[in-house]
Amino acid sequence: MNNLPDNQRVVVSGVGLVSPNADNLADFRQKLINGKSEITEIDLRYMERSAAGICKFPETKYRKKKENKRGTKAGCIGVYCANEALQDAGISWDDYDQSKVGVYAGLTEHGTVETENEVYNISQFDYNVDYWTHHHNPRTVLNNPAGEITMNLGITGPHYSVGAACAAGNAALIQGVQMLRLGEIDMALCGGISECTGSFGIFASFRAQGALAHHEDPTRASRPFDQDRNGIVISDGGCFYVLERLDKAKKRGAKIYGEIAGYAINSDARDFVMPYGPRQAECINLALSRAGLKPDDVDIVNTHATGTVQGDIEECNALRKVFAGCESTYINNTKSMIGHAMGAAGVLELAGNLPAFTDNIVHPTINVNRLDSQCDLPNLVINKAKQLDSVEIILNNSFGMVGINSVVIVKKL
Amino acid sequence: MTRNDIKDLIIEIIEDIDEDAEFDGVDPDKPLRDQLDLDSMDFLDIVMELRKRFKIQIPEEEYPELATLNSCVNYLEPKLKDF
Repeated sequence: MNNLPDNQRVVVSGVGLVSPNADNLADFRQKLINGKSEITEIDLRYMERSAAGICKFPETKYRKKKENKRGTKAGCIGVYCANEALQDAGISWDDYDQSKVGVYAGLTEHGTVETENEVYNISQFDYNVDYWTHHHNPRTVLNNPAGEITMNLGITGPHYSVGAACAAGNAALIQGVQMLRLGEIDMALCGGISECTGSFGIFASFRAQGALAHHEDPTRASRPFDQDRNGIVISDGGCFYVLERLDKAKKRGAKIYGEIAGYAINSDARDFVMPYGPRQAECINLALSRAGLKPDDVDIVNTHATGTVQGDIEECNALRKVFAGCESTYINNTKSMIGHAMGAAGVLELAGNLPAFTDNIVHPTINVNRLDSQCDLPNLVINKAKQLDSVEIILNNSFGMVGINSVVIVKKL
Repeated sequence: MTRNDIKDLIIEIIEDIDEDAEFDGVDPDKPLRDQLDLDSMDFLDIVMELRKRFKIQIPEEEYPELATLNSCVNYLEPKLKDF
């Protein structure tokens, strides 16, 4: 991807997000630098109280309550993030033909929340399916959140979801880059969404697997790399990016966060749930190679680490292998503060790091009281933000179940 | 239920679907769809709500009976007389 003409180079020019601690990038960035968690607890039917990341944002800022009730929570998050991203990019429909805009939503899963709610609803009517809602199918089709965005914004270009477990945010970003390069679209709205805190089944499944984080203080429940970590904190969230080709972004004088300089996706081809460090290392190396970069060119690595015992170790092994001897590469983690926003995780965490191109700060990973010796990476930024002289390259890991790995590299312009 | 009760019921159900619905000036003999922000899915919501609250099954061919406020009242009056 090095030395490409400007009409093949793809840049991020807008970001819209909701996170358990913020509904805009500026607040999000500040809270990550401050190293403060706002993870709270949720009381879901059938489950005991569990640590969870709950998003608060102005849900009716861009569409009516009636439309939110008809649609899904994922759609509601997506509509907010997409509108915020467009505003941040300063784009009006004079800049782009709406038929040449693509909307790609990364999802870990979709329809789980709606289906659980509907089964509960008919349980109140002796399981008589006459009471099953006519909204079920339009709410649970996999393209739902992306489609709700197109309806809200009058976008008539392609829209669909990218299902890639917890690598989905990165995967949707990569989809946007590829479609721009192919000339299928002129602008992409792409990102990821999680409405997972609405599903008792997702909590119960992680618990059954021994991977649901718990701590008497929910703000300390998500603690990747800590010796006492005990699993994942499930979070809602969303983040959408405006992607444009560099020539057009320059022409309209856009603010540019950075260029998508490299990416890779690969598969472990081994196990349903266990991650595999060697394949993660291959994925990182492939992304670096495509970007024409060496490991020591990377200033910040945002880890995927979720706080599971083996997952964190596998990723640390991969990073140790790829970044051995890279004295100026710093490593952090965002989930320690916001939990695991599933389909949104990759893009949300990358967004939280993008302002490092201007403030040159590496936000920390928090809640590390006793560092696991197997996670003791050089330059792991623990508990306190690190000021660097400059940040030019950010590498973002995002991995998922059934053996999917994704890496996105962003370069400062 | 009286005719007025039924009218209030329909308004209440529609307000639950769309809290911004404005009933001032709604002509009870003109189609609700032409006067409020309602579509076919919203009418299915009304049908479902009547089913949930009163166990009324409305056959699809009779959906047009719910077109106006007055036609709703006329159609539902015998069905809701015991409520």
